[in-house]
Amino acid sequence: MTAEPENTAIPIKVTVNGVKHEAVVEPRTLLVYFLREQLALTGTHVGCDTSQCGACTIHLNGRAVKSCTILAVQANGKEITTIEGLARGDAFHPVQEGFREKHGLQCGYCTPGMIMTAAHLLETNPDPSEEEIKHALEGNLCRCTGYVNIVESVKWAAQKMGGKNVSR
Amino acid sequence: MFPANFGYAAPRSVDEALQLLSKHGEEAKLLAGGHSLIPAMKLRLSSPRTLIDLGAVPGLRGVRLDGNTLAIGALTVHADVGSSDLVRKHLPGLAEAASVIGDVQVRNRGTIGGSVAHADPAADFPVILTALNATFVLQSTGGSRTVTADKFFVDYFTTAMEPNEILTEIIVPLPPAGTGTAYAKLAHPASGYVVVSAGAMITRQPSGSCTAARITIGGLGSGPVRAVASETELQGKALNAQNIAAAAAKAAEETDPDGDIYAGADYKRHMATVLARRAIEAAVKRAVT
Ligand SMILES: Cc1cc2nc3c(=O)[nH]c(=O)nc-3n(C[C@H](O)[C@H](O)[C@H](O)COP(=O)(O)OP(=O)(O)OC[C@H]3O[C@@H](n4cnc5c(N)ncnc54)[C@H](O)[C@@H]3O)c2cc1C
Ligand code: FES
Ligand code: FES
Repeated sequence: MTAEPENTAIPIKVTVNGVKHEAVVEPRTLLVYFLREQLALTGTHVGCDTSQCGACTIHLNGRAVKSCTILAVQANGKEITTIEGLARGDAFHPVQEGFREKHGLQCGYCTPGMIMTAAHLLETNPDPSEEEIKHALEGNLCRCTGYVNIVESVKWAAQKMGGKNVSR
Repeated sequence: MFPANFGYAAPRSVDEALQLLSKHGEEAKLLAGGHSLIPAMKLRLSSPRTLIDLGAVPGLRGVRLDGNTLAIGALTVHADVGSSDLVRKHLPGLAEAASVIGDVQVRNRGTIGGSVAHADPAADFPVILTALNATFVLQSTGGSRTVTADKFFVDYFTTAMEPNEILTEIIVPLPPAGTGTAYAKLAHPASGYVVVSAGAMITRQPSGSCTAARITIGGLGSGPVRAVASETELQGKALNAQNIAAAAAKAAEETDPDGDIYAGADYKRHMATVLARRAIEAAVKRAVT
């Protein structure tokens, strides 16, 4: 096997929000730009570009990751969920509902990433304590809310999803 | 920000990856989780002409019991190291270190092998793995060799690995009965990386005295530093609060840190003694005989 010469476009296959895509990408294409520019899924945001803010968080094979720090070629053969794929038809995901109910956003820039991280938390830990919620959201920055209502939104969602220990 | 252009290969075996590595030489870089390399490439601090992505190479992930060691695949992500039942049972200090790296998203993507190979002086795994006396398995087309953690971390971002080698596995000996392990970290509030940290592996006799101690400090030099004076101080002593504090007070003796805008040198040295004490105390608590 030899490596392709520099900049040779690479064919990839990915499943995004349940839809299979075949595409050709430059090796240096970051996954977030593949999603935003090639697939026109602009719900995933770029807040910092230096892996700090979490606005670009998506699920890759079910795990919350920062799509600005992953090459599109690294997603080859994998399943991706973005904020656009979280609702079921017209029914919002409980975390989305929680952000609306508890006023978990102001400008909304950080929100898709916050929601994707929180949704991953509740899949792995349906009953998080307030401390655990804060620890889980460490990789997501918000310039507006002061985080209090974001934590409340996640608590609301946990309770809606059946978590028992969460107090509102 | 985009990385500069590069060629890409996704080998399907370690052998294939090794062949690519020897063919492309120093112009190539291995890609694991990409959570150190891609940020560096975006900033153009690193511009390899070829990336050899280890992501599709089978057999490099997971934790298994191998005789009286735990063998951890180099491509195991931090989250899986931290949640592994084997790691939590036998090496709680390693699980502790894995679970305080960066944030959830970083832990879902970054790999233990990548962290070790990158040898960032502010990284967590090098500190705890040196305390645990880990060994690194390095493969090249010529065969494989092992290097102990004490000899592996050579300088800032520099290890004993040759450019034609791949780190495939991290071997951690299971500590003997009566041994506890722990990790304590002062994280930089913005970056999450280590300001100062301490790893400890302490063996306690049923009588309560210390028969073996490995204590390491991170953040105060080019890589993990063995706190030899602390280790010597504890040897043979009763593991009570007073003796632990006396040993921990010597934790910065082997170091000569630089201050920076966040933490001055004196503060860092002081925090080394605090974190060493916490790590030793936690390890002793776990050292059930
Ligand atoms: C926002 C953020 C916060 C972070 N916080 C922390 C923190 O608190 N503590 C901490 O320790 N780290 C932290 N990191 C770094 C993170 O842990 C990285 O995942 C890790 O340092 C590198 O692992 P990787 O798998 O991503 O390696 P890559 O980025 O893919 O590779 C890093 C280097 O190692 C080489 N390499 C990788 N795998 C191998 C191998 N198997 N054999 C030989 N060479 C190899 C590559 O060629 C490259 O030079 C953080 C990163 C980010 C983005
Ligand atoms: S845009 Fe990815 S972490 Fe900020
Ligand atoms: S709501 Fe504006 S950044 Fe979070």
